[in-house]
Parts: sequence; C-alpha cells; structure tokens
Amino acid sequence: MADTTGTGPLGAFFKGMAVTGRQFIATVFGKGLVTTKYPQEMREKPQRFHGRHVLNRYEDGMEKCIGCELCAGACPARCIYVRGADNPDDRPVSPGERYGFVYEINMLRCIFCGLCVEACPTEAITHTRLFEMSTTNRADAIYTKTELLVDEEGRPNHMFETDRLADFDELGEADGWMRATAPQGRAAYEGQVSWSGSAGVGVRPPEAGQSDLPEEAGEGDGEDRA
Amino acid sequence: MDWIDVLLVVARVVAVFALLMGVCTLLVWFERKVVADMQNRVGPDRAGPWGILQTVADGVKLFFKEQVTPRKVELGLYLAAPMLAAVPAFLMFMVVPFGRPFTITLGGEERLVPLQGADLNVGLLYVLAMSSVAVYAVVLAGWSSGSKYPLLGGVRATAQAISYEAAMGLSLVPVVLFTGSMRISEIVAAQSSTLTFLGWNIGFPAWNVVVLAPSFLIFTISAVAETNRAPFDLVEAEQEIVGGFHTEYSGLRFALFFLAEYINMFTMSALAVTLFFGGWSGPAWDGVLPAAVSALLPTVWFFVKVLVFLFIFVWLRATLPRLRYDQLMTLGWKRLIPSSLVWLFFIGGALAVRRFGLPWS
Repeated sequence: MADTTGTGPLGAFFKGMAVTGRQFIATVFGKGLVTTKYPQEMREKPQRFHGRHVLNRYEDGMEKCIGCELCAGACPARCIYVRGADNPDDRPVSPGERYGFVYEINMLRCIFCGLCVEACPTEAITHTRLFEMSTTNRADAIYTKTELLVDEEGRPNHMFETDRLADFDELGEADGWMRATAPQGRAAYEGQVSWSGSAGVGVRPPEAGQSDLPEEAGEGDGEDRA
Repeated sequence: MDWIDVLLVVARVVAVFALLMGVCTLLVWFERKVVADMQNRVGPDRAGPWGILQTVADGVKLFFKEQVTPRKVELGLYLAAPMLAAVPAFLMFMVVPFGRPFTITLGGEERLVPLQGADLNVGLLYVLAMSSVAVYAVVLAGWSSGSKYPLLGGVRATAQAISYEAAMGLSLVPVVLFTGSMRISEIVAAQSSTLTFLGWNIGFPAWNVVVLAPSFLIFTISAVAETNRAPFDLVEAEQEIVGGFHTEYSGLRFALFFLAEYINMFTMSALAVTLFFGGWSGPAWDGVLPAAVSALLPTVWFFVKVLVFLFIFVWLRATLPRLRYDQLMTLGWKRLIPSSLVWLFFIGGALAVRRFGLPWS
C-alpha cells in the first residue's frame, strides 16, 4: 500500500474517517449543504442569467421589434429566423417603418450567448431568467412569435400559467446583460437607465448593486453621464 | 409443554421475523441518509417524513418489476440462490437476545419468555454455521447465472468467505473460553455485572470488550468482510464486475439478496454488541420505574448499542475505498488469522493460569 500521508496505514485510516465524520457533523448541523429542493424552492438566479428570450413591447403596447434581422445576423448558432414586413398604415404594429412579421428561435440550437440581445438596436429581444423549456417533441422547441412576444402585461406566453415554477416577479427586473451592453454602453454604465420602458413593467430599474462606480472610472466619462 | 408454549414459540419467531423486516427497511434508509450527510447531500426525503418510507417505495417497485431470467442460467440453483441468501440471514438472528426475558401468566402458569428466537446451547456455533451457509447463496448465484461477471463475483466470495470465516471463528473462541459457554444468553448474563479491578468495583460494566479488545477488533473487521460490505465488497464491486453475483438478478430475486445483506449487517452489529458490549444489559432501574418500562429498557439499550455499530458500518462504507483482491487476502491470512491465533494462545494461557495456577507452583 503506497502511503502518501506519512502517517502509516492506520493513521491514514483515521484521517479518512475523520474527514467523513467532520462532513457528517457539518451537514447534520445544517452547514455545508448546498442542495435546494428545486421544484419547491427556486434558487435566486444571477441578474445576467441567460434564460429564454422574450420579445418586448413598448409601454403603449407597440412591439419593439422592427424586423431588422440584426439578431439573426449576429446569431452564431443561426437559430433565429426573422422576416420583417412594412407596418400597415391603418394599424401599425411597431413605431418604426417595419416590424417583425415572422420571428422564430430554435431553442434546441440556441447557445444562449446573448449576441442577439447585444445586436438588437431597440432592446426588443432580451433574456429572461426563465429556464424551464423542456418539451416532448422537437417542433415545440421552436419558439415562434406566439411564445416569444410578451402580452400587454409584459408576460410571455407559453409559460405554464398555473405553474409556480414560473417566477413572474423576475420578469420585472432588467436583463443585466442588455443593460451592461446597452447602445452607449460600457460596463461602467451599468447603473444607468439607458433603455426604453416596456409594457407591463415600465422602465426597468438598473442592475442592482453595481452602480457604485470607482472614482477613477467615473473621471473620463463625465460628459457621457451628464 | 402445552399448546400455549408452542404458541409462544411461534409468536417469538414471528416477532423476530417482523423485527428484522422492519429493521431492514429502516436500515436501508438510515444508510442512505447517513452516507448522504457524509457527502453533503440531502438523501432520500420525498417518501414520507424525512423520506423514511423510501425503502417501502423501493420494495414495492421491486415487487412489480419483471424478473428477467437469462437463457443460460442453471435454473434450479438460480432460483434457489436468493432464498438461500435470505433464509440464513433470518435464521442467524434467531439466537440473538434483544431484550430481557420476562414472565407472563398464561393458562394459570407462569411462563418465562426470552426475547430471542431460540436459546440454543450451541448458539455461537450456530451463528458461524449460518453465516457460512449464507456464502453458498453468493457462490451459487454467481455460478448459476451462467455469465462471466457473476462467476467472478462468486469466485471472490468463496475465497473471501473462507479467509474471513476462519478469522471470525478464531476471534470468537476467546469469548467462549472466557465465558465458558456457547449459549448466547449466558454470554450476555456474564457481562451484566460491573467490573472489578484489583479488588475495586469501578462501576464500569463488565463487557467482554474490556478484556477481549483484540478479539473484538478482529471480529469487527471480519464481520464487515463477512457481510460483503465496503471496503470488502469485492464480491459485488459495481465498478469492476458490474454488481458481481447479482448482475443477472432483477425484481424480487434481487430484493432478496438486498434484504439479506442488510439483515446480515444488522445481525453482525447485534452480535458484536451481544458478545462484546453486554447485549441488552444496562440499567433498567427496576422498582424505580414502572415495571413495563423496566422490562422494555433493556431492549432500548440493545438497539442503541446496535445503532452505534450500524453507524460505524455505514461510516466505513462512506469512507474507505475497496481493497484490492491481494490486499484482502493479505489482511485475512497474514494479519488477522495469525494475530487471532497469537491472541487465542495468550488468552488461553492466561485463563489456564487463572484456573490451575502457574505450572511451576
């Protein structure tokens, strides 16, 4: 028996037993246990969590998506399919000239990198912290506008309405990734709101806890912030 | 011996059977919980409070599972092996007393009811015999499965059982010499007083472990090996031989092996307690407490002591990696058997001197 502990086989035996014994006592007294009982209790997810996407609306109910297809171009997994169309004059869907007529994301291909969110000029597509996307067939994993587009209250469809697994409160918080990479964005602007309001939730608050900028970082960016 | 006596015997046997089933159920859960705690996990907690019914759920599942019979099996032995595992496991516990004998008046007669299946005058030999029979189950299961991994497991079981059977038997001889009886109730009775050291009653119970500590150590090690549990679980070794002897077993047949393993673990703990830690003996405070409580208290002591041993069993399993085959043999033949022989020689000499005086005096 190779003895690497320098304590001899018997010493090694007691050393090993002590390790498990210590862990046992720690767990019995409630320390060291990291398990959360998942369906019953949800762990708080980080603010920049890359969950399933939603297509946002403005506060007046207009869709933010303008059908520019920048997200589809940015997508490294090529899982986004967008077709834009001209807004009908009598009943415009989005404030701009065009709107996203078809919008599909294949969630089986998506790598949740967030490049679509970065690319989007109108913050139409954002991540949420929803992550329960299991389906029983492949076709259901292709999210169309029906599932992606939020309703007037800012809630996405295809969320099991009665299911407690869906945490609606989280939807009201900002998608931190988008905030950090907002159009004029450097990471130092995390604390600032530079985005439009959304239906249901209004102007989402800035990312929590990160707005205390170090002094030197604030120096050169003075005019931007004003 | 009238019919009431016969009924009492039947009741005792049924009680032991029920006890073992209940203990086995709880023990599986206990092991999973403790191992989980040692690995910073939660363990089963869904079925019933704290997951205590998990084993029941697993048992029900095994009941309803298909019992696959591979084509190449030696059918008769293949079917007999699980029973051969379960039956000795139950039988072995029959001689272990788990409480103080009590008297009840039935049919106008006072009758003594010992809390054990049967009080044999060769109790200890019987235990060794039964634990040897249990090995046949593993060997036959391995051979009759007609498949290579179970066969390897069976071969390992043979070698392991022979090695550790010897060490275990030798470790029990000092107990018999020291107590002067193989009747297990007498071994317990001999330990129920307190210890006298240099003429002083030091108030510590006269457990055999005080005098026979080396025997106890050897017994414990070989008991772990005898029950095929980690770190001596070469017989089933999932990582090397895919479960060993029970690879080809499924459903209820597998459940019987499983049941036998845990009952054996309990029996070995009970034996260690009975032979070295005074069995059920402990303060019963007769006259202070109500008679019913006093009668029950020894049983409580017994189970508390056994629980400590079961915990150690589980602790070992959670800590130690499996021994290699040659290490197992080295430990058995080159360490345990010689040391138990030396110890037996020493204790035999000491007892002879105590009884007959020094040879030159």
